[in-house]
Amino acid sequence: MKISKDEVEKIAHLARLDIDDDLKETLSEQLSHILDYIDTLKNVNVDGVTPASGAAFMNNVLREDTAHESPGPDVTLANAPERDDDFYTVPRVVK
Amino acid sequence: MELHTLTIDQARQHLADKKISSVELTQAFLDRIFAHDERIGAFITVDADLAISQAKAADARISAGRQATFTGIPVALKDLLCTKGVKTTCASKILDNFVPQYDATVVEKLKSEDAVLIGKTNLDEFAMGSSTENSSIKLTRNPWNTDHVPGGSSGGSAAAVAAGFCSGALGTDTGGSIRQPASHCGVVGLKPTYGRVSRYGLVSYGSSLDQIGPITRDVTDAAMMMNLICGNDPKDSTSARNEVPDFSAGLDLFRKEGLKGMVAGIPKEFSNVEGIDPEVAAMFDSAKNILTDLGVEIREVSLPHTEYVVAAYYIIAPCEASANLARFDGVRFGFRDHSADDLIDMYKRTKSTGFGLEVQRRIIIGTYALSAGYYDAYYGRASQVRALIMQDFDKAFDTCDIILSPVAPTPAFRIGENTEDPLTMYLTDIFTLSANMAGVPGISVPAALSGKGLPIGIQMMAKRFDELSLIRAGFGFEQSVGAATGFKAAFPEL
Repeated sequence: MKISKDEVEKIAHLARLDIDDDLKETLSEQLSHILDYIDTLKNVNVDGVTPASGAAFMNNVLREDTAHESPGPDVTLANAPERDDDFYTVPRVVK
Repeated sequence: MELHTLTIDQARQHLADKKISSVELTQAFLDRIFAHDERIGAFITVDADLAISQAKAADARISAGRQATFTGIPVALKDLLCTKGVKTTCASKILDNFVPQYDATVVEKLKSEDAVLIGKTNLDEFAMGSSTENSSIKLTRNPWNTDHVPGGSSGGSAAAVAAGFCSGALGTDTGGSIRQPASHCGVVGLKPTYGRVSRYGLVSYGSSLDQIGPITRDVTDAAMMMNLICGNDPKDSTSARNEVPDFSAGLDLFRKEGLKGMVAGIPKEFSNVEGIDPEVAAMFDSAKNILTDLGVEIREVSLPHTEYVVAAYYIIAPCEASANLARFDGVRFGFRDHSADDLIDMYKRTKSTGFGLEVQRRIIIGTYALSAGYYDAYYGRASQVRALIMQDFDKAFDTCDIILSPVAPTPAFRIGENTEDPLTMYLTDIFTLSANMAGVPGISVPAALSGKGLPIGIQMMAKRFDELSLIRAGFGFEQSVGAATGFKAAFPEL
């Protein structure tokens, strides 16, 4: 499976990555190579096999709906790269 | 007495007998770290003052007659485990200033016994790698030969234990990241059953694969650490409710009954794996003989989907990673690129400046495989193959107690040797990935030294929640390998 530079760019946008031209070239080659290898999965007969979503075999793990104290804004926002009072700030979204 | 050579069990005994104090023990490790870690590079963060103050608290607790197993024992933590008030970087530039506001459950458990948290160890960024070369912070060298990698991704933890920088360490294992560096550094590494240990406070890579486990000097210590860290945690909905045994009973079982009655399966498909180093093959043959002499019956078993494990894993893990790592967007924590003036651009520049190449590569693979039109062909199919891999293991364990294999095809490779082609590196994980895919436990026990003086480990896997069989067989092997081959798990010369 050949992954073109344009496709790498499209995927990078979906993943919110900013990848320069040189790297797009490298990734296009490497990903094509990796996906060729992964295509061997097509040789497996998976008819009727239920996919395994994980290795935990539990359903509906529930707990009592009890109230706990909140850690509060100083703890919650302690690592905020930018804050305004008790709020995270981001670049303007609505112009 | 050379304090750094003490195992956890020995140190605990010496502390109980008041032959040593935790401050002395901690200081001995700190001295070694300051003398040698500039070259080895095992640690990202060492807070000597904090460690000494924890050691003093531990000594006070011991004096008060309240010693628990890990009281005063210096333990290193992979820098992917959240420690309240202590920087947790995941070896990534995107988190290089991140100070967690809470402890991981495993860290809470260590603190509840007043263990000494001596430092945070290096890793491949976000645990993505097999050599610790993908760390964005520093290079870690193998203490046995500093031209070689320590393995990965828990390379810092394995190197720290091997070099005598701590009594024991915690690592995490998503595709072999405890067992493989343990093998390359000549120490014991145990990946518990998926769900055995709470993942709360472990920064997620592949949530259905990740598991925390011990890296220790011997199997006895691994059992002791398992006794501390296992158990259900309401904060992790995937943590199992199964009863937690006393893992040290596995040691007693060997002492009383040897390994008689145990059956070890050897998957016939593993003999098709290409690129097995002759010294690894020789180790494996002699390991079979050692186990046979201990009364183990060796039997051929089949894991028919072995040739698809790497391909399925390198879809599932990147898919989970691409979802998990979406949270590092420069808004709530970590690095933010301030040069952008629109939100989408801010996300993009933050991530591409903050994440290293391998992390971005896996995010791209995962995003591609989950994108519209490709989901069924990649993630869907890989998850079906995963189900078949699980069935393979269930069937194999109908006829055997443990499955034996090498840990890695070769001893630790040279720094820089495998960094050009990512696929070549992925293929070296062939023996370890399947345990994560199936959720079964696995242990790596030192078995030999190569001609170049690099350690080689053997892997044993068991059925889900049967770590006791691994501890029993691993301990039996460890007790017998020296007499059989002359191999002794010693300390490398630093």
